[in-house]
Amino acid sequence: MAAVDDLQFEEFGDVATSLAANPNATTISIEDPDETPKHLPGPPRGSGREEDDELLGNDDSDKTELLAGQKKSSPFWTFEYYQTFFDVDTYQVFDRIKGSLLPIPGKNFVRLYIRSNPDLYGPFWICATLVFAIAISGNLSNFLIHLGEKTYHYVPEFRKVSIAATIIYAYAWLVPLALWGFLMWRNSKVMNIVSYSFLEIVCVYGYSLFIYIPTAILWIIPQKAVRWILVTIALGISGSVLAMTFWPAVREDNRRIALATIVTIVLLHMLLSVGCLLSIVFWSGFFWMQHPQQKSRMTRASWKTDGGWHRVPTCGWCCTEAEAPV
Amino acid sequence: MAEAAESPGDPGTASPRPLFAGLSDISISQDIPVEGEITIPMRSRIREFDNSTLNESVRNTIMRDLKAVGKKFMHVLYPRRSNTLLRDWDLWGPLILCVTLALMLQKGSVDNEKDGGPQFAEVFVIVWFGAVTITLNSKLLGGNISFFQSLCVLGYCILPLTVAMLICRLVLLAEAGPVNFMVRLFVVIVMFAWSVVASTAFLADSQPPNRKVLAVYPVFLFYFIISWMILTFTPE
Repeated sequence: MAAVDDLQFEEFGDVATSLAANPNATTISIEDPDETPKHLPGPPRGSGREEDDELLGNDDSDKTELLAGQKKSSPFWTFEYYQTFFDVDTYQVFDRIKGSLLPIPGKNFVRLYIRSNPDLYGPFWICATLVFAIAISGNLSNFLIHLGEKTYHYVPEFRKVSIAATIIYAYAWLVPLALWGFLMWRNSKVMNIVSYSFLEIVCVYGYSLFIYIPTAILWIIPQKAVRWILVTIALGISGSVLAMTFWPAVREDNRRIALATIVTIVLLHMLLSVGCLLSIVFWSGFFWMQHPQQKSRMTRASWKTDGGWHRVPTCGWCCTEAEAPV
Repeated sequence: MAEAAESPGDPGTASPRPLFAGLSDISISQDIPVEGEITIPMRSRIREFDNSTLNESVRNTIMRDLKAVGKKFMHVLYPRRSNTLLRDWDLWGPLILCVTLALMLQKGSVDNEKDGGPQFAEVFVIVWFGAVTITLNSKLLGGNISFFQSLCVLGYCILPLTVAMLICRLVLLAEAGPVNFMVRLFVVIVMFAWSVVASTAFLADSQPPNRKVLAVYPVFLFYFIISWMILTFTPE
């Protein structure tokens, strides 16, 4: 471990002299190579937050409270308290989304983009958009499968939206809670340099789900190869964002535990993504696998024929009755 | 006081005269009035004003409210940057529109329970909870619009989509087909754009300038979902 006596913040010379005296001495330096610009007048995204950055860089390991960045400590029953979680501008949200789409090795999403200003706007609205994207593409893919079938009755399957919403919001909130608890527990055993607050973890998870929105929309394409490629790309990008974020938090730990943590994070993410995307295919249950007898009676005629729709009771596996076409 | 004054005033005591001795001789006659009415000029004027709307006929009251609602409908149909909707907000219009939309969107029959169309309550809840969520979002982002003003604006701007629903219902009476679908798609897209533009015209000024997109996006999502429900509506 570091020579704690040498780390006195009042005297700037000590670290340099100790390093000069003993080049092998390990000093705890918090910042990663990409963080040194924080002391320079940098891009506007860091403006106004330099003092927070210095605080974050200096007592990173002390950040064990549940909520991050309490710049204004309003009591939790006032409205202003919750406004601190929405203190983001448009360009900041876009930067964070861009950071989740383009994971650069070595750059930590939390350090680079969140910078002790976690917001709840991104996670909440990205999850909401994802829920509706899945619902709409599930509907559309089901509709496209049955395009041209005369006896198909379109149903919007409205109730599945609430199931999808529950699953996605539970994932976006409960998994960060479990992960945060686990990291806090490990922090008490092993001195970790980097620790994240609960809101920062929620933020990372929320923004990492953004890649699934275009994936869900493109999943309408009924080609299997296209779908597999899409899910691989999406999982690769968001999994790597998560892995690169949490690796610095566990790398000080026992090697096996660190690896197990990262693997669990990626596995859970894979479970969610596969579950979401498969639900698009099976949006109406197994309804689209028609009864073989009925299938032979269906024609591929388009809507040009006379008569209207003939409604078939949607039972899914066996069709008890069907009206004969006029 | 009178009784206490009488006791020290006992005749026969040769002590120096007590303070209130003379009071026992005073008698109150009935001529001096000690009660009456206090009239304050302002109070009677206010009571007069209350009477003027309390005593009006029911038809006047309803017509006044209906005219206010109708005026706001006109403002939505021809959106300008005005704050009439914001100044005198009311929730009658949103209620009428929401009930109309939910009545038309609900699934027709209850015998086929696999029919996954929305129920009345689902549409109602989506509209109102969606509006509340957007309002909370814009307030949390720092907008200076009040809660009910924002609900009022969002509710009134559903009017174009309700018109789209009516048109779609009429179009669906004709024969089904791709042309039918294209007509409905066109109508819904136009009305959706109209709703978003109308609500942005009213809401955009209340947001801080560097967060306008953040506040408008949920409105876009909200009207998109309602448009989707309208477009995918099929009668049985």
